[in-house]
Amino acid sequence: MTMTQTRVATGTHRNRRFAETTYYWMVWPFIILFAIFHTIPMLAGIFFSFTNYAGYGKWHMVGFSNYVNLFGDDRVLHSYLFTIFFSLVATILTNVISLAIALALNARIKARNLFRGIFFIPYVLSMLIIGYVFQFFFSKSVPKIFSAVPLLRDNVLTNEHWAWVPIVIVTVWQACAFAIIIYLAGLQTIPVDIYEAASLDGATGFKAFRSITLPLIMGYVTINVVLNIKNFMQAFDQIVALTDGGPGMATESVTLQIYQGGFTGGEFAYQSADAAILFLIITFLSLVQLRYLNPKED
Amino acid sequence: MTSSQVMNAIPAKSSGMNSHTQNGHGRHFHRVNWWLTALVAVCSLTVLVPLYFAVAVALKSPEQLAKGTGFEWPNPVHWGNFAQAWVRTNFPRALMNTAMITVCSVVLTLLTSSVLAYALARNMHRPFFKIAYYYFLAAMFIPFPIVMLPVVKETGLLGLDNQAGLIVLYTLYGFSMNIFLYTTYLHSIPMELEEAARVDGASTWRVFWQIIFPLLMPMNATVGILTCVWAWNDFIMPLVVLTDPGARTLPLAQYVFQGQYNTNYTVAFASYLMAMAPLLIVYIFSQRWVISGVVRGSVK
Repeated sequence: MTMTQTRVATGTHRNRRFAETTYYWMVWPFIILFAIFHTIPMLAGIFFSFTNYAGYGKWHMVGFSNYVNLFGDDRVLHSYLFTIFFSLVATILTNVISLAIALALNARIKARNLFRGIFFIPYVLSMLIIGYVFQFFFSKSVPKIFSAVPLLRDNVLTNEHWAWVPIVIVTVWQACAFAIIIYLAGLQTIPVDIYEAASLDGATGFKAFRSITLPLIMGYVTINVVLNIKNFMQAFDQIVALTDGGPGMATESVTLQIYQGGFTGGEFAYQSADAAILFLIITFLSLVQLRYLNPKED
Repeated sequence: MTSSQVMNAIPAKSSGMNSHTQNGHGRHFHRVNWWLTALVAVCSLTVLVPLYFAVAVALKSPEQLAKGTGFEWPNPVHWGNFAQAWVRTNFPRALMNTAMITVCSVVLTLLTSSVLAYALARNMHRPFFKIAYYYFLAAMFIPFPIVMLPVVKETGLLGLDNQAGLIVLYTLYGFSMNIFLYTTYLHSIPMELEEAARVDGASTWRVFWQIIFPLLMPMNATVGILTCVWAWNDFIMPLVVLTDPGARTLPLAQYVFQGQYNTNYTVAFASYLMAMAPLLIVYIFSQRWVISGVVRGSVK
């Protein structure tokens, strides 16, 4: 079949391995451009992570010393712990809340399309700007509204122990928009008959959810969780808007640290090593999730 | 590879949002659950109240704001904040930059990634194209921070530390996702259509632009929506790539304004609303189309 295809396409009897020249013209320019602006910078980053390059001036190779230093750097370790902790909490909350709302939207309610439209609004809004709106809310409004509550009467964004909470709230607020829509699409693929059959067997309510709904939408859970983890591990906009990594460096994410150290701190090489570690962690987490959440895939 | 696994995890039949009548479970009862409706309405306030809050703050004078929590509706209303924000953030300039970057990125993305995906999809049985496909796809899980520091050096050296550079980057960095979406969709378009045209002597380019590209319209919508939302709202790439203040995008202008007048909240909020408004208005009028486009991109 492929032979006929090629023959029709080119009008000649060509080797199965090679396509018509036009197809190569459609691909090569993009491979070259993609390599120039993506692959080569990535390889350059990895290369410079083995140097002492500051972003300017002379440099020489230093072997693995940037990596060794990273593991002894409290600031770096803290930013990884914070980022991973934040990503886990935000991912769990996003998926539990979104699934609950999607289940409600899929039930017998009025004005479903209107509510679906409302829940999706945050998707089209800028994370940075949402962050600024909430920054004012948490730092100015909350202390006035809850002036009697000990923890909330002060600006929670300047509280070393609790500043992560508003960051999680803002992140989840926006991430739910996309997740709800995906879960709703998933729930709508489940045929009604299955629930009828199950209710005859006595499976209703939470039992039906656990034994029917959840297994059938597992693919959608995978999509949401993998995308969430990947995005949250690179959290930047909301942190810049809410705390800028502070107080101190309590809420400094890895990306913020790479940005600050790499561009203004003269740590081009060091932060390149940092980015390489982040890359490995994100890849590792994605693979683990795909294996764990989706055991039937090969 | 990883991303294709994610996407394949979804059952192929998932068809989008317009099939409630046959699918939405329990529809045959025809009885509305008012308690649940009320609960959903309350939950939807978590989205609407922050938006109301942003409007209420943007319409206050600094004195009105200082007196209350921010939630009170102002009396009298201060429209002047918008005029001030217009001037101080150089709004027309930032809007023009963002609009130009977004429109060019969307157009360029549609024109390039569809051609590329077509060439890859129709030759997937050939080693070169298969390798190229996975080369682009593998980039989906490479985080931007690892590319960030060197690419900023590079755009600086090439004179692309401006709007044109961002357009190039949005187009190229979107390839992984877009090629994946297009190739999946192309597999569902029957070959017979093209073969007939080829027998009549049409060239590959002609076949693509006259037969395939129009058939790709649903995916063009999806790719267009995803690229548009990304390019309009993105903050980190304009932040690191752009050097000229005149090239600032809307999110970047908010960041700079925040740095300069960090206590001028009422004017800042007016400028937030103006920056969010264009996309929000487009969304409100094309809600169903946008949502179905995004769903098509995620569950295909």
